[in-house]
Amino acid sequence: MTVLLQLILSGIMVGSIYSLVALGFVLIYKSSGIINVAQGQMLMIGGFVSWTFLSGIQLPDSLATIFGSKYFPIPIAIALSVLVAILMGLIIERLLLRPMIGQPILAVVMMTIALAAFMDGMTTLLWGAGARNFPEFIPRTPIRLGELILSPQHLFAFLLAILLLAGFTLFFQRSHTGLQMRAAAEDHRVAQSLGVNVTRVFAMAWIISAVVSTLGGILLGSINGINLSLSFLGLKVLPVVLLGGLESIPGAIIAGPIIGILENLGVAYLDPLVGGGIKEVAPFFILLVVLLFKPYGLFGLQRIERV
Amino acid sequence: MLPAGTFNTTYANDMAIIRTRLQWTLFIAFMIFLFGIFPGAVDDSVLTLANNIAIVLIAVLGLNILTGLCGQISIGQAAFMGVGAYLHGVMVTKLGLNFLIAMPLAALGTALIGLLFGIPSLRVKGFYLAMATLAAQFIITWSIVHSPRQITGGADGLHVAVASLGALKFDDEKSFFYLAFPIAALMIFFAKNIARTRVGRAFIAIRDNDLAAQAMGINLFRYKLLAFALSSAFAGVAGALWAHHLVVISPDHFLLTDSIWQLGMLIVGGLGSTLGAILGTVFLLTLRDWAVPTAAPILGKMFPLFQLDLFTSLALMIFGVVLMVFLIFEPRGLAHRWEIFKASYRLHPFSY
Repeated sequence: MTVLLQLILSGIMVGSIYSLVALGFVLIYKSSGIINVAQGQMLMIGGFVSWTFLSGIQLPDSLATIFGSKYFPIPIAIALSVLVAILMGLIIERLLLRPMIGQPILAVVMMTIALAAFMDGMTTLLWGAGARNFPEFIPRTPIRLGELILSPQHLFAFLLAILLLAGFTLFFQRSHTGLQMRAAAEDHRVAQSLGVNVTRVFAMAWIISAVVSTLGGILLGSINGINLSLSFLGLKVLPVVLLGGLESIPGAIIAGPIIGILENLGVAYLDPLVGGGIKEVAPFFILLVVLLFKPYGLFGLQRIERV
Repeated sequence: MLPAGTFNTTYANDMAIIRTRLQWTLFIAFMIFLFGIFPGAVDDSVLTLANNIAIVLIAVLGLNILTGLCGQISIGQAAFMGVGAYLHGVMVTKLGLNFLIAMPLAALGTALIGLLFGIPSLRVKGFYLAMATLAAQFIITWSIVHSPRQITGGADGLHVAVASLGALKFDDEKSFFYLAFPIAALMIFFAKNIARTRVGRAFIAIRDNDLAAQAMGINLFRYKLLAFALSSAFAGVAGALWAHHLVVISPDHFLLTDSIWQLGMLIVGGLGSTLGAILGTVFLLTLRDWAVPTAAPILGKMFPLFQLDLFTSLALMIFGVVLMVFLIFEPRGLAHRWEIFKASYRLHPFSY
């Protein structure tokens, strides 16, 4: 019983990281209708950039004496990474996705796939294939709940996911910009004729998504360190997004832990039967089941259309 | 557009792929060059590249049927190639079948697996269907690694016997060239003709507007599944050749990256055009297997800081940039450029 509870608990915690990544994905889809396959790469680059600011760049002496350490203090480093993320989002939107407005879905998906390949290559070039570790800024000593063990970093990720969920739900329900974004996703032309600046909305969406990804990258870095395999997370999160429903923020937050739990249970109970590797493939089995029986996910908008 | 002074006077003339005397001359000259002069004139590394191009081309032709003609995005073509390679490898090595018998069987088996993963197209399309093929990619490679070791060899790979016809053994690059290219030519012929038949026209109708196609009496589900099966069958043939070419096959040869490269070849060449599939495959594979390995050491000397990972990163970055440039500036691909070139050549010196 304890084992089962522990599996479920750690599943929820791992799943909350999926939720964070899925959130960035849903944000872009919800506000521009673009499916961003490069989400994992954005997370990875965010992680590497923040690593560079946290412990990659040594400050010159004059600054080092002001801050009292050889590296940027953590808040400044995070602020700088967020700044880079904003720039990254802007550049991607302006150079690559704006020419794709009105193009067929295959072209848009291929564009983000090209972006993913380019970002993979760029990260390998700039940071190399090795893993990088972050300085510790969330305590690592595990929290004990009776017989269950909980890692504080995962708990932090979980809390951040919940916080972002509340924030973005309010943003899309109440704020002017949020409503504009939803209108733009629904129909570019109608939104434009109602006075929504569609290009600005798209730029906003990419900036927000890049920032959320960078935050996720920092969080993941503080848990396991970062390396090139992080980009795979972007693909692993696609089942989460589809299970939750492509345009549903609560869906992303709920589906993350569901996939996390199923994955953990699969590893514990099925791995011995089939000889391992369930962790990588379980989300995709779930994906197939979702596509066959509930293609629009748990909370996605049902577009009634006979195929 | 036909060259000036050429008119279709018979139905056979209208249906022909090669129409004028000049085209016949060029075609025969090209064939003589390809099969007569080319394999003798170049060294083994170029022949390896040529054989690779021939094999991947077959898979891309299949992808063109599914994605280019029928409009269903597939991000799992390399995995289906893997299915073909393993089916073929097991039949040749464990059952001792001749490769000419095993190859169609492997294609058939791959087509059945393709049908299986095409079933979601009953309910979903567009991005959702692409996700189903992504799942196929991961599930297939995983299943290959985790099936019984005595059949597939697991993660260690499977050793495949050399293809042989009587005393004829296709065991070096030059002899393999004479196996791969005739089969590739045959598959090009099939692909070109599928596009022009009733089935191909139905695919195009589905791609352009599926509701309209249905209203005209095309059974959507049947034709979509047929597209999946045909595309997988092509991948199966490609996989079978791949197994003989590399001799040892492992699931690592059929990764998501390979599927994405194949999709990229199709985009660069031009979706929905057989010529485009050929041009795109030749262009991107030459870029990846010849231009990048040639350029990497030179660039490494110029930027010693990045020397270490230059090779892997350069291929990925160039692939990304090439794809972006084509998507933005020439979404109809190289094939369209070629059509423009031909038209302006025929109209010269008048531009309209």
